[in-house]
Amino acid sequence: MGLLVLLVLAAAVLFWIVGAYNGLISLKNQVANGWKQIDVQLKRRHDLIPNLVDTVKGAMQFERETLQAVIEARNQAISIERGGAGVAATAQAESQLSAALGRLFAVVEAYPQLKATGNVSQLQEELTSTENRIAFARQHYNDVSTQYNTRQQQFPTNLVAGLAKATPAELWEITDAAERAVPKVDLSFRPGVRAS
Amino acid sequence: MSTPTDLFSQQQSNRSRSHWLIAGFVLFFAWLGFGGDLILLEMSRGEPAGSQWDVPLFGLTLTTYAVITALWAWHAGSEAVLRSTGATRVEQAETEQERLLVNVVEEMCVAAGLSRPSIWLIADGDPNAFATGRDERTAAIAVTQGLLDTCTRDELQAVIAHELAHIKNYDARLMTLLAAMVGAITVISDYMSRILFQRGTHRALGAVVPRGRKKGGGIFVILLLVLWLLSWLLAPFISRMLALGVSRKREFLADAMSAQFTRNPMALASALEKIERAAAPTRCITRGAAHLCIADPLGRRVNLREGWFADLWGTHPPMAMRVSRLRGMAFREQKRARLGSGEMPQLA
Repeated sequence: MGLLVLLVLAAAVLFWIVGAYNGLISLKNQVANGWKQIDVQLKRRHDLIPNLVDTVKGAMQFERETLQAVIEARNQAISIERGGAGVAATAQAESQLSAALGRLFAVVEAYPQLKATGNVSQLQEELTSTENRIAFARQHYNDVSTQYNTRQQQFPTNLVAGLAKATPAELWEITDAAERAVPKVDLSFRPGVRAS
Repeated sequence: MSTPTDLFSQQQSNRSRSHWLIAGFVLFFAWLGFGGDLILLEMSRGEPAGSQWDVPLFGLTLTTYAVITALWAWHAGSEAVLRSTGATRVEQAETEQERLLVNVVEEMCVAAGLSRPSIWLIADGDPNAFATGRDERTAAIAVTQGLLDTCTRDELQAVIAHELAHIKNYDARLMTLLAAMVGAITVISDYMSRILFQRGTHRALGAVVPRGRKKGGGIFVILLLVLWLLSWLLAPFISRMLALGVSRKREFLADAMSAQFTRNPMALASALEKIERAAAPTRCITRGAAHLCIADPLGRRVNLREGWFADLWGTHPPMAMRVSRLRGMAFREQKRARLGSGEMPQLA
């Protein structure tokens, strides 16, 4: 009788271990996938920038510095990420690129004839969308990572964490104060005010 | 706000609900058919062998009809719903508005962790939107031209996020199946009641009652007959009520998930208010697809009320209640942010 109880208990524990282990692995994969999604969106942004710069270059001869800053920030971000940089380094480089882009958009606002050409407004819509996608991909990544981190630290799942080789995932912190403040530039070219 | 575990259990229960719904639908039609056959068999018991009703013709026909309808609803239900609204697919964004729509849908897919559904546009001036499809691959989002015209980018985002939540929860599957089945039941019961209550009924009743009494099995046959006729009469009402009840409960959860995806509950609140204010009925969306939409396209007054009557007949919870819940979320978020930055909230 005692042996039977012991066996049932052992089976229950075994089942629990398998369940907890699989849960952690599934979350780990979701975190990895979330990071890959951020990567996709960052690449999209990097690919769009040369187009934008080419389009506005002619009309913005007096703003060479602003353009140069964008190009440099982009190239730096690419070279950092090519080496497989961690979350913090990527976040740092990308926030610099965001700041440079923000300044460029602010300047574009001062050139009405530039905004009037369809190509620029189209590119701006693409970049606005890309910025949103990066933000949402980051939000998704942070959500999944937080869930993963909480799960592997909570008792009793933390007993299995070593077995699943679970280590805390690094969150994407917003480092730049300028980015923390949501830019107020309306790039959507829609009539009416933007609710924010 | 819903935690991921809530979401997971919601998906699970919606999946099993879809299967139960199909099983119940087929069984109900089997009862309608084979029940009728049984009554006819009992009625013709005393007749010579040749004229007895011994082949269950109704049962076989109706069950086949139900199985075919269920299969069709499963495989082509979403296309049928889209076709009934006259939606056109946005393959390649051409105008600035279409480009915006495609971008917003793709953005929200990133936030929701879904792959991109097909995007459809309905040429109707009233703002509204719905989602359909049985899974991520066949999912579709349709919005009206009016929605694009009246909403800002943030509001559009919130509405799209609400629809993606329906796809993620498998609400879209359940509701599309329901739409197809309500349609099938309405068609067949209209047809049957025309047959039953115009010609055969009185003669059939007259035939069964006296003869049944002589044999003693009569009470059973009469009970069966009453139950059977009641099923026919009530089927359209019950199926429609089921569709309405299912959709009401899901709107709140989809609103909450939209706020979770956009982190901007106020955007959905203001979008809902705009949709409500432009209360002209969405003409392109008919009764059958009404429960799929973000706001009732028919503009029925019952959706403004609370209570058991509205619970039975409203497709959507009252708009004011949805908006106030979203406001509450926004307030809590603001308070949390202020506490996080070290600033004490003002005590009034």
